[in-house]
Amino acid sequence: MTTYDHDEGARGPSRRKVLECMTWAGTGVLWTVAGGVPASLGIIDSALAQQPKAFTFLQISDSHMGFDKPANPNAKGTLEEAIGRVKALPVKPSFMIHTGDISHLSKPSEFDDAERIISQARLDVHYVPGEHDLIDDERGKLYLDRYGRGTKGAGWYSFDANGVHFIGLVNVVDLKAGGLGNLGNEQLEWLEDDVKGRSASQPIVVFAHIPLWTVYPDWGWGTEDGARALGYLKKFGSVTVLNGHIHQVMQKVEGNVTFHTARSTAFPQPAPGSAPSPGPMKVPDDKLRSMLGIASVMFKQNEQRLAIIDTPLQG
Amino acid sequence: MNCVAGVAAVLLLAATPAWADDAAIKIGNFTFGPKELKVKSGTTVTWINEDDIPHTVVSPDNFKSKALDSEDKFSFTFTTPGTYKYFCSLHPHMTGTIVVEATTGSIVSP
Repeated sequence: MTTYDHDEGARGPSRRKVLECMTWAGTGVLWTVAGGVPASLGIIDSALAQQPKAFTFLQISDSHMGFDKPANPNAKGTLEEAIGRVKALPVKPSFMIHTGDISHLSKPSEFDDAERIISQARLDVHYVPGEHDLIDDERGKLYLDRYGRGTKGAGWYSFDANGVHFIGLVNVVDLKAGGLGNLGNEQLEWLEDDVKGRSASQPIVVFAHIPLWTVYPDWGWGTEDGARALGYLKKFGSVTVLNGHIHQVMQKVEGNVTFHTARSTAFPQPAPGSAPSPGPMKVPDDKLRSMLGIASVMFKQNEQRLAIIDTPLQG
Repeated sequence: MNCVAGVAAVLLLAATPAWADDAAIKIGNFTFGPKELKVKSGTTVTWINEDDIPHTVVSPDNFKSKALDSEDKFSFTFTTPGTYKYFCSLHPHMTGTIVVEATTGSIVSP
């Protein structure tokens, strides 16, 4: 699932780096979420300096390459700005996750643009699809050809990094009339098996496009069988669920589970119920970049804290 | 039916004599309008997407559009009376119903 560079020679160093960093303390983790809108990434820098074994990864979401409507006629430009921010980070993140809607209409040219821009970050990227990525004539073949290597079913998979278990889920296929996002039985059985036998103290990060918890069912913002997935993760001391789809930051802590959604890099969407529909929200030009952005997630060893820091492109 | 066929159907509609039934459904603000539509058998219904987000029109086993970008259209001609429930497979909270009634004079008791 790493698409930054398929050349084996280029992948080696990052793998070695992962091994070097695999010194997670293995204790239960109490999550602290630092949300809001910090002006810089200084918090992460200073924390990393104090905690040499801490690591960060980045989340980007909803690039919507090909989108050119009034809410943002230049989604390519704002993705470039987001990647520019990633490149400018003083401490290089371990990797990036992309929580879907890479493209707007699943066109090859849109995936090409995303690849060209995102690869400039020179980071491994782990993708899951959004519903916009599976609307080619063959319903997802283009996505799977590009991003699906080593995945199961519609593109789900898991991997370990720095002692943390990452699980990428697909909840945008086979949606039922009147319903929400959907994982389906096959994927859920895979998930149950995937986490079986793992130590309850291992931190878990789940990422998927549509929020796994019910944000606003009237707009379809939730996952029909998300609760069953979370049931399989009950025993774990710390679970972080990262989603996109709703193009705004939202978070909730429930027991050991932290839910968090990231901004889009393309266009904002309204707060639940604040508009007639969840469609792209047109804001004044000088406000747009304050509503687009990226998220950094930091694990700190020993301090038993995880911080998610959302950074807008501007403001 | 694909988009090209959809467009062809629309062109066909334009060329059909005025007595032919047709009906339009607008997709806007993530809703089908009207949400419920009653038509006579033989009617061609055309959906047009007026949102800035793609949608689909899907009635399992009956009809299925491709993803409709903004301003794209999809048409389907209903020839069999009955109730057709459909939804957007990308945003499944969007649902609608077409009720197709038999054309007067063509009701044949089995």
